[in-house]
Amino acid sequence: MSVRTYIQSRLGSRKILLMTHVIVGYPSLDVNWRMLERMEQADVDLVELQMPFSEPIADGPVFARANQEALKKGLSTDQYFDFMARATERFGFPHVMMGYYNTVFRLTHRTFCERLRAAGGAGFIVPDLPIEEYHDLFPLSESHGLTPVALFTPTNTDARLVEIGRHGRGFVYGVARRGVTGKRTDLKAGIDALAARYRAATDVPLALGFGIAGGDDVRQLHGSCEIAIVGSALLEHWENGGEEEYRSFLEELQKARF
Amino acid sequence: MLDSLLKNVEARTGYFGAYGGAFTPEILRTTLDELIAAFEDARRDPSFWEEFRTVMQTYSCRPTPLTPLKNLSEALGGPAIYMKREDLNQTGSHKINNVMGQGLLVARMGKKRVIAETGAGQHGVATATMAARLGLKCTIYMGAVDVERQRPNVFWMERLGAEVVSVEDGSATLKDAINQCLRDWAFSMDDTHYVLGTACGPHPFPQMVAWFQQIIGQECREQMLAATGRLPDRVYCCVGGGSNATGTFLGFLDDEEVELVGIEAGGEGLDTGRHAARLAGTDGSPGVAQGYKTYFLQDKEGQMRHTHSVAAGLDYIGVSPILACLRESGRVRYEATTDGEVLEAFQTLLRREGIIAALESAHAVAGAIREAPDMGKDKTVLLTLSGRGDKDIFTIAEALKDPGWQRFLQRKAGR
Repeated sequence: MSVRTYIQSRLGSRKILLMTHVIVGYPSLDVNWRMLERMEQADVDLVELQMPFSEPIADGPVFARANQEALKKGLSTDQYFDFMARATERFGFPHVMMGYYNTVFRLTHRTFCERLRAAGGAGFIVPDLPIEEYHDLFPLSESHGLTPVALFTPTNTDARLVEIGRHGRGFVYGVARRGVTGKRTDLKAGIDALAARYRAATDVPLALGFGIAGGDDVRQLHGSCEIAIVGSALLEHWENGGEEEYRSFLEELQKARF
Repeated sequence: MLDSLLKNVEARTGYFGAYGGAFTPEILRTTLDELIAAFEDARRDPSFWEEFRTVMQTYSCRPTPLTPLKNLSEALGGPAIYMKREDLNQTGSHKINNVMGQGLLVARMGKKRVIAETGAGQHGVATATMAARLGLKCTIYMGAVDVERQRPNVFWMERLGAEVVSVEDGSATLKDAINQCLRDWAFSMDDTHYVLGTACGPHPFPQMVAWFQQIIGQECREQMLAATGRLPDRVYCCVGGGSNATGTFLGFLDDEEVELVGIEAGGEGLDTGRHAARLAGTDGSPGVAQGYKTYFLQDKEGQMRHTHSVAAGLDYIGVSPILACLRESGRVRYEATTDGEVLEAFQTLLRREGIIAALESAHAVAGAIREAPDMGKDKTVLLTLSGRGDKDIFTIAEALKDPGWQRFLQRKAGR
């Protein structure tokens, strides 16, 4: 089933879908596995698995440190794809690779697509790769059955949004505010207008992320988009309160979908 | 002269051969487009370059002198050596050329705040002086390791009114300061300009920084012709990010008979892995990070390595895409000199010519000292001294184990 069809089918039973995030290798692969088990328990709809990079320019302090710690412990590209293969074997939700372009560039576009498909990945999000630089990555991802996820940001002109939207497959990742990941977003300040601008620029489902920090935020997005993305806030709950707090936070998020 | 390079630049994406481009989060796209438009507008306006030259003449001692190094030439028994004195600029290095140029652009764009990364601190100090003079708010990001080894520059930046933010991420050096600037800018772009300090980063920075720094090469060319009646046989520059080298080389790019040599930081030696040589040797490889494609010091999976150099300003993973392109075309030859050779060269220049070189710039001196004895006496060499070494007093005194300085530090600390 394509990512887009999957999203449509899940929307039959909930107002919004939930995409959560794991930085592979942080705090450890074992903990990552338990995180995924809790996500499965909460019936999360999609999961981003981030491949760590030494220069994560789109990430705020929480994720930047997590990238760094995962690499310090020796997380390699092989380990990343092995982990993804085990996860896609075991868990039913689609797994989307998130990472920086140098990982893809060093593997080459073709090998990256082959390895991602072999690991059972559904698609990829590469925040530092503008659409002009995809080149054969678009046809290659299509021939490998992978969904490239484009990003909309609040500073894009309407013309640029349309340009990006043309490349939308599966869903488009709408960035909810300026800045980097992790900082709380005030969703009352014009998120509906922003979502409407994004919506007008693409036919595929819209996801919104960056600074979505709790159940109230997810509810706030009902009707504005099809997918709410929660990343840094989840990791912070694990760091502050361990597995139990992580579980209850996921429960709060999952209930907010209805 | 820059045009021979610029003709390779596709207007939108900013490639020099296979290198360059703009690999940033989409959030920065509109701001970069605005900057490209402002720069293109200024570049095509002849009065802008005149305004820039006037500012540099009245605020920063341009044209900087060309000094014949007769004693050094004699000691080496080789060619006549001439030194371009960028150390005599306002704030003590070539960094001010680019900074004042971007400052004029900031004024055109009407932004009220500037941010900048700094390694050795020269670019941070230069940016802080520009901000003070133009009445702009200023934040400087500096790796915690560099804050430690370049305290005097931190002092001056803060006295000039800049906020200095110590960056603890990653290796806590120049690259991490650049990441932090990109993150700040992703939020603040409406009223803030990022004054990138070298010919690296996303388009249009490599092209724009090189365009301002070509003032070095233009002056060098005229001054060498005036002093010797011909062009130099060889030109040496140190290469960190590559802005003084690019600026100097641009003056001679079309003169095929002039050999251009870039000297990188060899650290403890290219075979030790503890160095910052991306283009010399074989450790550098193509990659994409910090917004651009170039040669990086990275592992095979593309994670950046820790670099090492006695000179904070050369201690960086990447290098200007312009210089990567000129490596591939064979126009520029790259070598690396070790920390040890650099300290030697520093002292030789000090004792023979009475010139205090920045440790970064002393790499170019070391390169010339290594190779000059093999050149004929009828040849001429130009080398660019990109900055002065006063700011390195702590590092140099420590490396030389100067006893008087150690006693002085103990006394001060004991107070």
